[in-house]
Amino acid sequence: MKPGYGEILIAEGDPEVLADQERLVKEFRRQLDEGLWAAVPLAQDDGRRESLMVRRFEDVPPDADRVIFFPRAAGGR
Amino acid sequence: MLVAVVAAVVALAALATDLLAPRVARRRRARAENARRSPAPILPDPGRERRAEHRARELLRSCVAAEDWEMYRDLGFLRVSSSSADGRDEPCAYLLYPHRPIVAYLPSSGRLVGEYCVSFEDPDTTNGTGRLPDSDDVLAKWMALTGDEHELIATANMHLPGRQVDPVQVERDLVRLARWYHHRSRRSAKAGRGSDAPVVAPTAS
Repeated sequence: MKPGYGEILIAEGDPEVLADQERLVKEFRRQLDEGLWAAVPLAQDDGRRESLMVRRFEDVPPDADRVIFFPRAAGGR
Repeated sequence: MLVAVVAAVVALAALATDLLAPRVARRRRARAENARRSPAPILPDPGRERRAEHRARELLRSCVAAEDWEMYRDLGFLRVSSSSADGRDEPCAYLLYPHRPIVAYLPSSGRLVGEYCVSFEDPDTTNGTGRLPDSDDVLAKWMALTGDEHELIATANMHLPGRQVDPVQVERDLVRLARWYHHRSRRSAKAGRGSDAPVVAPTAS
């Protein structure tokens, strides 16, 4: 999520393909290094929706279809 | 006589050209220099923010439950239940408004608990103000709240109710929310009778 633009696709690929995985990991780290937070939206079996905050690529569930990066929260006025 | 007048005019024109030509050339040079130094101003795209908000709404819709999406679409805010119940106090619920503090209240009484002021702004403002589109701001709050409520609440600045969000407006929104749940449950009941499907009772407001 980018101010002024909304959703922008950063990278896509199949994490089971080595070349794709390396690219996804690199991009994941770059986004976190830039100070963004990462979250994976999840759908529970009972229909509830929630998100999982991830800090390492390994924390991304294997069946996740996307990771959303957004600016880090800061205390507002 | 006429020849003399024409000659005089030609002479004056030549004199004026001689006097003005260097000035005109200087101005042209200065203008060219300025154009080279400062790039042309980037005209704001009036549709950019509208398109960004459209994309943000689609993203929000794809992440939250259908009921929550309809709530946001119809009422302009999202309601999220707190997951931190310690068994002693009643867990609160939150109202998420775009670019406004998160409002915490007690679902049983509607009593306002506080405002959590938090912002998700990009420090890089080269592409605008750094503000997310409205629906992205709500989605960021929703993700942070459902993903790690403790961290978000710890990050936010807490204030008493009414500091930024008018309590009267919040009370009005809670009434609208209760009505919205009521209408939705009636619609579900009607649809259920039509298809003999079981009716799911709505959750608390």
